[in-house]
Amino acid sequence: MVIIQTKKITKKFGNITAVNELDLEIEEGEIFGLLGPNGAGKTTLISMLCTLLKPTAGSATVNSFDVFTQQLKVRKSIGIVFQEPSVDDLLSGRENLELHGMLYGMDAKEREKKIDEMLKLVDLVDRANDPVSTYSGGMRRRLEIARGLMHKPKILFLDEPTLGLDPASRKNIWDYIKSLAKEKSTTMVLTTHYMEEADMLCNRIGIISSGKIIALGTPAELKRKVGEDIVRIKGTTDLEKLKRYKFVKKVEVDGEYTELILDNAAENLQTLLAACSKLDSVEVRAVTLNDVFLHYTGKEIHDEEEGEGSWFERVMRVGGTRA
Amino acid sequence: MLELNAVYAIWLREIKVYLREKERVISSIVSPILWLFVFGSGIGETTYPGTSNYQAFILPGILVMSVLFVSVFYGLYIIWDRRLDFLKEVLVAPVSRASIFLGKVLGGVSDAMLQAVILLVIGTLLIIPLEPIRILYILLILTLISFSTASMGLVLGANMRSQEGFILIINFVMWPMFFFSGALFPISNLPEVIRPISTVDPLTYAVDALRTIFFGTGAFPFYIDIVVLLAFAAVTAILGVISFGNLQQAK
Repeated sequence: MVIIQTKKITKKFGNITAVNELDLEIEEGEIFGLLGPNGAGKTTLISMLCTLLKPTAGSATVNSFDVFTQQLKVRKSIGIVFQEPSVDDLLSGRENLELHGMLYGMDAKEREKKIDEMLKLVDLVDRANDPVSTYSGGMRRRLEIARGLMHKPKILFLDEPTLGLDPASRKNIWDYIKSLAKEKSTTMVLTTHYMEEADMLCNRIGIISSGKIIALGTPAELKRKVGEDIVRIKGTTDLEKLKRYKFVKKVEVDGEYTELILDNAAENLQTLLAACSKLDSVEVRAVTLNDVFLHYTGKEIHDEEEGEGSWFERVMRVGGTRA
Repeated sequence: MLELNAVYAIWLREIKVYLREKERVISSIVSPILWLFVFGSGIGETTYPGTSNYQAFILPGILVMSVLFVSVFYGLYIIWDRRLDFLKEVLVAPVSRASIFLGKVLGGVSDAMLQAVILLVIGTLLIIPLEPIRILYILLILTLISFSTASMGLVLGANMRSQEGFILIINFVMWPMFFFSGALFPISNLPEVIRPISTVDPLTYAVDALRTIFFGTGAFPFYIDIVVLLAFAAVTAILGVISFGNLQQAK
């Protein structure tokens, strides 16, 4: 069953088209990954699906409710972990979750049980009663995640959920997402800058660039479209000759190295190497989602630096306005 | 459609946040006291029926001013909420925007009334003694005013794009509303040309209603004051629910 459907959904901010006549269908129970460079329109798309932004044109349904005319019903079906910090600084971690539980109509007993469970999941039990203003960036993020997961929504939007988390917390969150996925009751839409995360968690991935979906499929399908293996060689070779082989799908020169994308390296590597003259080094690896991403968008995501940087900027900004 | 749980949840958040920001509580009580004791005692005497003490005469006006400023500032505060993205969490929650709005307004009313009570206590002890029943009436009127002005602040805040608008609203909305209301002088002292402005300022009726309770006599019949204040509350509340219904994520 299709649980999220957009029809030519468009959002313009002045002259800038953030989302451009985008069509997308997401099946119930799947974990759908939205990948794309910064400013590609991921967050704008999610905001529209969450009823926080009105589309300029086109339409969308979430859980078969229209995001424009049935906002309250859409809101009842979803949960969201925002990219930007949205927990309240002056409240404690527990109070933030309390507020969330109350807004989502949980009774006191259910709330308490769920809050304890969530605090344990994100490892914030010890700090639960401290004001959020004393939390580190990573702790705020974890609280944010705890809050989004707390009411077990039918559809969960995760906008860069693990940005700025240490590896241990990240793994906790992944495990929880996987366990939710096993129950098959929650559909998840995830944006991320971490390719390994998308590869491991998502059933299907859409690559979005300039407000449009430019590639769509399972991680394996996407990789296969690009090629199976990458051979990176250093040395003097006749590239034109190599390009003539059918199994060579793409050749790219990167300084003194050359990268070739091949189908089935196990079978074809020998032929390829025999055709090269003199090589200083050879490296063979499988195509990763990162290669797929580069292939389609032409831009590399420098996830660590870029992600961390903007994340800290945001935290600093928030700290500055209220503290 | 209202969800009382949600109204309560939002109100509770507002109260907690307010009480934790001590600077806000303290700073907003300072200027009414300055008006009352520096301005009020500096001017000296008045010829208003029911009192000859100018300080007593402006007490109702200063109460209205205090409620106006606290409530409107409170409402404008959602610009910061938007910037902080906290508001998103509330906007995406499965509750009607009317509930969110009402929770917010009640939060503002509580803030303003806390200050009004402090001022009223100071006023009764030091300026003009009042019996409990009159204090109760005064508090009821002030609650109504604070409901309207907090709604007005939220409407302005919800429709404002940036913090820069803040100063404009203070200078072009709040101070004129205060001055034309006759808080500091009887509006009959105003020149004929300016008086119509006072009659369309809802705060004029707020000040007049309080003055009627304080001194037993006002510029308008009491029922007219109450009808105008109720209408003001209804209009701002309706505008508020509409503005909150349209409220989108700040970009």
